[in-house]
Amino acid sequence: MVNRVVVGAHYGLRDWLIQRISAVVMAVYSLFMAVYLLMQPRLDYDVWTELFSSLVMRTFTLLFLMCLFYHAWIGMRSIVMDYVKPAGLRLAIHVLVILASLLYTIWSVQILWGM
Amino acid sequence: MKFKIYRYNPDTDTVPYMQDYDLDIEVNGKMLLDAILLLKEQDDSLSVRKSCREGVCGSDAMNINGRNGLACTTPLASLKEPVVLRPLPGLPVIRDLIVDMTQFFKQYHSIKPYLINNDPPPETERLQSPEQRAHLNGLYECILCGCCTTACPSFWWNPDKFVGPAGLLQAYRFIADTRDQATSERLDDLEDPYRLFRCHTIMNCVDVCPKELNPTEAIGNIKDMMVKRLV
Repeated sequence: MVNRVVVGAHYGLRDWLIQRISAVVMAVYSLFMAVYLLMQPRLDYDVWTELFSSLVMRTFTLLFLMCLFYHAWIGMRSIVMDYVKPAGLRLAIHVLVILASLLYTIWSVQILWGM
Repeated sequence: MKFKIYRYNPDTDTVPYMQDYDLDIEVNGKMLLDAILLLKEQDDSLSVRKSCREGVCGSDAMNINGRNGLACTTPLASLKEPVVLRPLPGLPVIRDLIVDMTQFFKQYHSIKPYLINNDPPPETERLQSPEQRAHLNGLYECILCGCCTTACPSFWWNPDKFVGPAGLLQAYRFIADTRDQATSERLDDLEDPYRLFRCHTIMNCVDVCPKELNPTEAIGNIKDMMVKRLV
């Protein structure tokens, strides 16, 4: 094997930063949801549809879900980098996770705006 | 005092095994290394590295009751019996408690652990203010014993790609040095999903460091500098 010079791949910072920022968004959303649900004396279909009828709530939820998918992608990639060594299999898993995330994002829009 | 020590001699053993020892020793005021040297008098096939016997050289790092540490600075009285001694985890064993540190030092050398300054050498020393010098406290004291790096799961999985806490602490030691002129190149070299970002802030390094240094903080400082450079 060629004796490569060890040097940085010049990426990784953005992913690390996005993982931290997305974690903050998810924490705020989760906290809001927990407080909202605790403050409802009764939770039925009407209350739920009213909450999601506003554009702000739909957008906030979509933002939360997109943060979740991106956060999960970075986490999944970290796991694959540690445990899956063959490059072909690793690439296949990466592509699958990315495609699944995109699919879930489209599905989330359909659900949120179809309510 | 009872001991259970990891034994492996590649010339005669096919697999490593744990050997029991019993030692008659007054524990007060004695360090673990004193006991190991007395055990070695009983059984001279027991192999261990040691040199300064006062926590400066970093030779006698080992896994003591499941936790990495220096035998020479670990008081016998602090240990639960039987005292289980194993070589540092995650590195190839040469014999008994002696590990092959090649990979560890390869990572250390990869961060260029020396001052890079292209100015012509001055007549006197390159001076720093006391404040500038204070930034090196908690960084320069590292003795490269390997306790932190071999306690790090990220290093266990990727010893060839992740620099490890000891190497990254030293990387920051030169990044923080005002006399060094290669800060940007050093940050470029570390900006890598493996070399730096394999650190997931597990903090085993901080937990075990016999010099009570904080590699996690140094790694955080490197990330901070990268973010400041980016925005």
